[in-house]
Amino acid sequence: MIQRNLPILASGVLFGAGLTLGGMTDPARVRGFLDLFGDWDPTLAFVMGGAVIVMAIAWRFQPKLTRPIFADAFSLPSRTDLTPRLIGGSALFGIGWGVAGLCPGPGIAALVIEPLSAAIFVAAMLAGMFLVRLTEGAS
Amino acid sequence: MTLPGFPDAAPLAGLGGGVLIGLAAALMLLGVGRIAGVSGIAAQAAGISDSSLPKSSAWMFLVGLPIGAVLVMLLLGRSEPSFASPVILAIAGVLVGAGTRIGSGCTSGHGVCGMSRLSPRSLIATATFMLTGIGTVAAMNAFGFEVLP
Repeated sequence: MIQRNLPILASGVLFGAGLTLGGMTDPARVRGFLDLFGDWDPTLAFVMGGAVIVMAIAWRFQPKLTRPIFADAFSLPSRTDLTPRLIGGSALFGIGWGVAGLCPGPGIAALVIEPLSAAIFVAAMLAGMFLVRLTEGAS
Repeated sequence: MTLPGFPDAAPLAGLGGGVLIGLAAALMLLGVGRIAGVSGIAAQAAGISDSSLPKSSAWMFLVGLPIGAVLVMLLLGRSEPSFASPVILAIAGVLVGAGTRIGSGCTSGHGVCGMSRLSPRSLIATATFMLTGIGTVAAMNAFGFEVLP
């Protein structure tokens, strides 16, 4: 358990550091990127680009491993079907993202930057998740 | 360094932050064999997902996020970004929470982990939330609706 949880903690720390360094914990930066027809701020494209390049390399290594370094087996999504749920849910998420300039990672990281605001966002986010669970049952 | 034409952009900090996020996701993938999707991990920590990720592991990842934020602020100084009002944050939070559950992921799972794998679902999801995000900000600006002080 410790052997697996330490790398997961390290991943969370790196992730939170990257979000903060890249300015993603600042809603103005995120909304500035989404403000394509106004005063556009391309910073988020650099964050996303840097992350995607590093991860694309990691995906190249993944098939060469018979198992993960600290765990017994890979547990990765394998679905390829494009469903109305996928598109509708993503559309809804994008609206919420645009409204306040926060997505889940920065919302949680921001708990130490602006605790009250971030806590309201995270609590509402969990409530939204519960709502889906309640209306749809297990998913 | 500034980007010509975009004096407010922070391309180098953005790229550096992105590389750290990529390394975090790579550690999750190659180290533990999983996707670093924050919305899914948060749902698992809250007990509202049926993922096989142990709850303690989900919490470990989530606790790491603010720790990373603190480390960066200790090194580079504290930033004081402004956030939307509580009512706006609550509305946005519900939309983000419900949307990411229905759509099976967010900016990290679909955007970083899925796009880098050229997953068709993630490419479509990312294009969709980018478009509705851009549309939402454009519509709010058109109506003069300012949410950040």
